[in-house]
Amino acid sequence: MSEHILSSKLYYTIWIILMVLTVVTAWIATVDLGPFNTIVALAIATGKALIVTLFFMHVKYTSEKLTKTVIVSALFFFLVLLALSMADYGTRHLM
Amino acid sequence: MSDSPATMEHGHSPALRHHFADVEQQRNAASLGMWLFLATEIMFFGGMFCAYLIYRISYFNEFAAGSQSLQLKVGAANTVVLICSSLTVALGVRAAQMGKRRLLVVLLLLTMLFGLTFLGVKAYEWHREYEEHHVPGFGFDAKNLIEEHPKLGIDPQHAQVFYSLYFAMTGMHAIHMIIGVGLFIWLTFMAWRGEYGPEYYTPVENAGLYWHFVDIVWIYLFPLLYLIDRKPLG
Repeated sequence: MSEHILSSKLYYTIWIILMVLTVVTAWIATVDLGPFNTIVALAIATGKALIVTLFFMHVKYTSEKLTKTVIVSALFFFLVLLALSMADYGTRHLM
Repeated sequence: MSDSPATMEHGHSPALRHHFADVEQQRNAASLGMWLFLATEIMFFGGMFCAYLIYRISYFNEFAAGSQSLQLKVGAANTVVLICSSLTVALGVRAAQMGKRRLLVVLLLLTMLFGLTFLGVKAYEWHREYEEHHVPGFGFDAKNLIEEHPKLGIDPQHAQVFYSLYFAMTGMHAIHMIIGVGLFIWLTFMAWRGEYGPEYYTPVENAGLYWHFVDIVWIYLFPLLYLIDRKPLG
């Protein structure tokens, strides 16, 4: 990561994409898409989070493979948290 | 240690600690440590996101009505402010990598300015919710939610759950922002003294990672709290 000093042009491009996605997500929320409102909002948020991680946080350019392992396992355990909680609540008639 | 024969022999960078093979390995180790900390932060915020998911499914109508009571434009404007602060941090790390001291100081100051703007707007929103009696506790009142959405059958207790999660999540996020601004005050001081350059900028890089992480948390909080239930309700 130290070897690659990214061009400022790349950072500005990422910034513009993030701004456009923010406007798009705020606008599309006012359009009735039925159950897809939730999916679209979360998909756009995930897209924004992904480009922040890859470019602003330099994950795309790091030579340390363990960094990616740490991120993927953290997300995996977060999904385990959600999945097991939902399996529990969903089968106990608590919801 | 820097005067030891071994160091002189190999002509090591003064920033390199003796237990690392080279500067690259030292930087990767520091970055990996920061990512491990961020992994614990994912689980910390993850608990609240999990609680949000469970109660949103359980009390959908109250969450929809509560979400509509928040100001979409203010939330979107704050998202823009935070994205701008992420840009200035990213450019700041770049300035440190290139040894541009003055630019680094300016970018760190700009980041703090954006961070404080975000906190100011958030304080305005919290004040508005306080005036509407939407702060959970003894003064809580869901009257205006019930008036606005008479067909939803809103239970004030369930509405309180929405606002509890709203204040817990935005509050925890704001505490992280305040800590971040504190870090940047220290970094600006050190950068102004010329402590960071192409050889050593680990604190700038790691504070940047932290700031971007806090930005990502808001990237998810914004749609979950402000956006998901915007379409007209029954």
